[in-house]
Amino acid sequence: MKTVAVVPAYNEGNTVSGVVRSLCGVVDEVIVVDDGSADRTGSVAQAAGARVVRHFINRGLGAAIGTGIAAALRADARLIVTFDADGQHDAADVARMFEPLRSGRADVTIGARTMDRQLMPRTRRIANWLGNALTYVLFGLWVQDSQSGLRAFTSDAAAALDLRCDRMEVSSEIIREIRRQKLRLEEVPIRPVYTEYSMSKGQGFVTGLKTAGKLLLHRVIR
Amino acid sequence: MLLIQLIIIAFAAFAVWRTVSRFREGELSARALVLWLLFWIVVTVAVALPQSTSWFAAVVGVGRGVDAAIYVSIVVIFYLLFRVFIKLEKIQHDITLLVREVGLMKGEGDSEQDN
Repeated sequence: MKTVAVVPAYNEGNTVSGVVRSLCGVVDEVIVVDDGSADRTGSVAQAAGARVVRHFINRGLGAAIGTGIAAALRADARLIVTFDADGQHDAADVARMFEPLRSGRADVTIGARTMDRQLMPRTRRIANWLGNALTYVLFGLWVQDSQSGLRAFTSDAAAALDLRCDRMEVSSEIIREIRRQKLRLEEVPIRPVYTEYSMSKGQGFVTGLKTAGKLLLHRVIR
Repeated sequence: MLLIQLIIIAFAAFAVWRTVSRFREGELSARALVLWLLFWIVVTVAVALPQSTSWFAAVVGVGRGVDAAIYVSIVVIFYLLFRVFIKLEKIQHDITLLVREVGLMKGEGDSEQDN
């Protein structure tokens, strides 16, 4: 089964190289989607061994994931995993992400970061809980870590996703698609890597509000 | 007639002229032409014959004609804003589809060159 890692990246020139190298031994192909980076993310990723697809203008996380999945499917991937470029994820978790898909138990797996107090900072836990609550209210599915960037799909599940959100609200949109397409979801515990850098990423409160607004709008439009 | 009425009616006439010109140039659809002409006719009537707004206000149960006109305008404006918002979202999505295709096509081009 051909396995492909999709790594959406925007100005992650410092960390993408390490991420790509850690993934090279774990999956058959690494596709980095350079989302209009101003730095050398694209060339650095290519030098590290990834195939790079470039957005010539920045379109957002959702758009980058969509492009990565499209590229993976065109390359005949059977299993696809989305993986963050900022070093927050551990390549060693990928095999565990694929296992329920290989055994046929699930169509989609989401890596759930542990809610253990010791390992996850309080602000992160609250923000995650709010994201989960909003996802549940809007889409009817309670997912322990709805905002997790580590997700794996079978090629059929990935092909079935109809993603329209360009930016970070794509995380919740994926949950909605899972419910709409009646895909089987399994959450796999993973260990997040909280470096000072990866802590500075993620949704701030105002971004969270805008995300909520966009999601509500898309729900109305559908 | 009050000055404000003259000004608004003159502007409405100007707007109708511009609307018809754009339609002739092919920049406006027939549907849009009809809708906008209807809009400016309503504006002209409401302004030239203020009693008409009082009549409308009485029918819908609002105190003054002016108030009714403003309430209706606000609702219409919100609706138009909503339409614009949705259009923007669609355009954003279309742009993403374009950027994606360009990226994927270039990627395929490069790998062919490597071979």
